[in-house]
Amino acid sequence: MDQLFVHIDQAIIHWAQAVLPDWMAVIVAMKIPIVAIAIFGPVTMMYLTLIERKLLARIQNRFGPNRVGKFGLLQPLADGVKMLTKEDIVPEKADKIAHLLAPILIVIPALLVFAVLPFGRNMIAVDLNIGVLFFLAMSGTTTLFIFTAAWASHNKFSLLGGMRSVAQMISYEIPFVLSVVPVLVVVGSFSTVAIVEAQPGLHWFVFTPWGAVGFFIFFICAVAEVNRTPFDLPEAESELVAGFHTEYSGMKFALFYMAEFMNVFTVSALVATVFLGGWQGPILPSWVWFLLKTYTLILIMMWFRGTFPRLRADQLMGFAWKFLLELTFVNIIVAAIWYEMRSPLNHLTAAAILIVTIIVLFQFNKTEIPKKRIYKYAYAD
Amino acid sequence: MEVLTAISKVGIYVIFGVTLLGAMMAVTLRNIFHAALSLALTLIGVAAVFFVLRAEFLGAVQILLYVGGIMILVIFTVMLTTRIGDRTIPTSNHQQWPVLIGALLLLLYFVRMIGKTPWPIKSELAVVSAVQIGKSLVSTFIFPFELTAVILVAILIGTVILAKSDEGEEKS
Repeated sequence: MDQLFVHIDQAIIHWAQAVLPDWMAVIVAMKIPIVAIAIFGPVTMMYLTLIERKLLARIQNRFGPNRVGKFGLLQPLADGVKMLTKEDIVPEKADKIAHLLAPILIVIPALLVFAVLPFGRNMIAVDLNIGVLFFLAMSGTTTLFIFTAAWASHNKFSLLGGMRSVAQMISYEIPFVLSVVPVLVVVGSFSTVAIVEAQPGLHWFVFTPWGAVGFFIFFICAVAEVNRTPFDLPEAESELVAGFHTEYSGMKFALFYMAEFMNVFTVSALVATVFLGGWQGPILPSWVWFLLKTYTLILIMMWFRGTFPRLRADQLMGFAWKFLLELTFVNIIVAAIWYEMRSPLNHLTAAAILIVTIIVLFQFNKTEIPKKRIYKYAYAD
Repeated sequence: MEVLTAISKVGIYVIFGVTLLGAMMAVTLRNIFHAALSLALTLIGVAAVFFVLRAEFLGAVQILLYVGGIMILVIFTVMLTTRIGDRTIPTSNHQQWPVLIGALLLLLYFVRMIGKTPWPIKSELAVVSAVQIGKSLVSTFIFPFELTAVILVAILIGTVILAKSDEGEEKS
């Protein structure tokens, strides 16, 4: 069971070698992971929308979609048909080219990052030796396309949403990238496969002090990077109509959603890979473990959406610059110390340093509540 | 296998072409936002060239820093210009001729240097890993590395001072 998909892949390649000329067989071998990802990504996205609607409905004591098919299982297909047949409206003053390009381009990085995710033992499209860096670089370009969409719409709300998105991404990109560094220090490689192999069995990085803190920072920044509640300021419904995609309808709108949900999946998968041991785990096949961890993180993100109120812009910035950034810097040093020291002592030292840092940061970040003032002369009679 | 080689060659030339086209558009387009987007295209093209040459680390860093960082800053600056709504903004001024001479001199210098450099041609691509780059940065090239760090610190302090003085004016 563990190598099921690898065997299927091998079988197709063998068949291609027997039937087709050499160069076509090579192309077929290259295309298999590409086709697999191009199908897996959008299908995941379609069903994530359903899962999210169902889960949010349950949190709010409703049923959610339950008319189309059993448990609403055909709802995503119906939505897809609806999106495709909807009228495509382009505002008159919009920048036509950029308005068209933005939703198309935004899907590309979202699909590309699937390539470096290890879905299971030997199940990776390309084992790049800079895997994690590639992922971070690709997901960083999303901002550019969000902003293009916002600017091209020629709409106040879109522009405000785009502006917020850029500000948010710049702030959260730094702790997002730096919080992976401890793992790179300990593993000594960027490759996602090497990172997973460095966490055999249940020795996941999240069970070490620096790993726990890193996981916390990385997951929060990941939520911020994909613009989800409580960090959904770029598309805040109650303030900005729909934020950067206000002027989009039909399939273009759906493409933004596709990019967002695929990013949710890939980012959760990366968090699972880097800190939760990827496909490592007892008994079950490797890819089942991987999907279990990824979906747990996705469900936590949806749970956030159902429960947390949106952050204010200054709280958002303050949290990134005054708390997360310092903590990541300390965490890098702590990881190096942990790596150099011997077994029982290193956990204690690392945990002690981190706890002290967190307490100090909390003290510095306390919101100043002004003292209750008594107006002596106001009531003087 | 010749077919595959031919296809990859065509691909490489397409990447070169798109990169050059992006660079051309970045300086000629009259819409400032389109120019910024073309610049992004150029930077991504350069990253693609790095990937083709098996310098994956450089390619990823190029995208991470230039497309993810610098381009976002450029766009932020575009946002802060007052004429964001204008469709066309003149992108040239009266210094065309001096700039042309300067550019030609630079080109001449580049061509000379490229001609002088002995390019080692090997049958297999030399793949440089990130670990090697890191090690050489803190050993052989420690002086330029530290110098860059000092310059960056100076820039940071400078921005803080600039931001501070603005605040002071507001209060007075």
